[in-house]
Amino acid sequence: MSECISIRNFNVAFGNTSVLKDVNLDIPCRQITVIMGPSGCGKTTLLRSINRFLELSDHVRIRGEIIIDGHNIYDPAVDPIDIRSKIGLLAQRPYSLPMSIFDNVAYGLRIHGMADGKDLHKAVRHYLEMAGLWEEVKDRLREPAVRLSIGQQQRLCLARGLAVEPEVILADEPTSALDPISAQNIEQRLLDLREKYTIVVVTHTVRQARRLADFLAFMYLGEMVESGEAAAIFSNPHHPLTRAYLQGAIG
Amino acid sequence: MNPKRGTRRRLAQFEEAFWLTLMRLALLSVVIVLGWILATLLLKGLPAINWELISQPPQGGYYLGGKGGILNALLGSIYLAGGGTLLGLIFSLPVVFYLATYLHHRSRQAALIRLMLDVLWGIPSIVYGVFGFLIMLSLGLRASLLAGIITLALLELPILIRGMDEFIRTTPEELVQSSLAVGATPLETTLKVVSRQTLPGLITAVLLAFGRGIGDAASVLFTAGYTDHIPTSLFEPAASLPLAVFFQLGTPFPAVQQRAYASALVLTIIILFISLLGRWLVSHFNKFLLR
Repeated sequence: MSECISIRNFNVAFGNTSVLKDVNLDIPCRQITVIMGPSGCGKTTLLRSINRFLELSDHVRIRGEIIIDGHNIYDPAVDPIDIRSKIGLLAQRPYSLPMSIFDNVAYGLRIHGMADGKDLHKAVRHYLEMAGLWEEVKDRLREPAVRLSIGQQQRLCLARGLAVEPEVILADEPTSALDPISAQNIEQRLLDLREKYTIVVVTHTVRQARRLADFLAFMYLGEMVESGEAAAIFSNPHHPLTRAYLQGAIG
Repeated sequence: MNPKRGTRRRLAQFEEAFWLTLMRLALLSVVIVLGWILATLLLKGLPAINWELISQPPQGGYYLGGKGGILNALLGSIYLAGGGTLLGLIFSLPVVFYLATYLHHRSRQAALIRLMLDVLWGIPSIVYGVFGFLIMLSLGLRASLLAGIITLALLELPILIRGMDEFIRTTPEELVQSSLAVGATPLETTLKVVSRQTLPGLITAVLLAFGRGIGDAASVLFTAGYTDHIPTSLFEPAASLPLAVFFQLGTPFPAVQQRAYASALVLTIIILFISLLGRWLVSHFNKFLLR
């Protein structure tokens, strides 16, 4: 297994509350890694430390390393802006930018000067197709993005994230605000994208983890309990806590 | 139902009816007062409004009931408030963006700045007038359009900054993060996303500030002065509508006093027009916004 992201002895505290305790995890390339665990286990915190979003919160203390492409992203010389353009984030609820559908996807492309004119239109179409939204919006690209349904907006957010050509896609319970059909649609997108991207999905539902995971990590109360090939953990969990969670006894 | 609950329920119904009546009375009194002011302006001012009044500066003997109009004050007020708002914006936008973008998490500094601005907001405009007068003297200026604009900009600054700041603070944190997540810098996020999302609020703050500026008499009294001429440069004195109202109302001639009401009506119509323009702009941008 070749790992793309190595999390090493990672500790996070908000004020005096310790949220992540000595977390270690190797996330494999071009697979879907699911971080699973009950509410408050620190899975979202771990996810947000990979694109350096943690430091947006007040009073946060971070210790440890996250190594991507051989570099520690918490090295003081690293600019978080560079990290965030390499690592896309799909949030729990879609937040469309206050502009048109087209401009939402073009936003990152314009900011990074990646395309203009005709190329821009081509690129926007390409990423909307990747997100499975093109057919639904091709005739209304100039309409405000907020007019789309919430499921469509989540796919728009996916297209917006893909457009800046990230290597990694982080998804924080990306279907929890969606209806079952939209949720299934997003899951299918993620499955389609795993050949090209390293994908990390946070979820608290075992069923979603079963549907998506190639690689699985189980967290409990801020600690990494167990991680490994998803199939192996599902069929034979080593740790009693993992077993209990999979059986629905805890969480 | 047990009798105790029945009593409690009747009491709650009475309470609700009582407070509802009180609220309606309060609303009614506000409407009556506003209507009264408008009716007074219309009754006393409308007969004196004609094309001559708004198209000509005062001629000889105007304040004794002679010919002419208030074009000097009309244009003067628009120049003063327009210039003051523009100058105020040039200084307030960077402050607002700084507060929104970089001071977000250092709340103690931000709180101090906001407190200072709130105090500035409450300072009476005559104090700004005197302060503007001192600045004017130290710059070697006379009472002029420029001095008036500088003073009005000072008067409007706290309204502009605090007004825009309050609206910007309503931006959902997740929206900011959506922009940061694709690698936008905090400044790009503020300029391209947050300011768009809060544009209606920003426009509202600008209109509030403009309204305060155009309606203020005390701050321009010493600094812009008063003249019957229409200013042709920044260094000439400029008249203003509030002072036009004041001077005309102070004459013993009923015809001139009637023109004072007409001038006040013109001022009110300008503010009404600006408000409608603002509403239209806000509704135009609203459809893109997150709710």
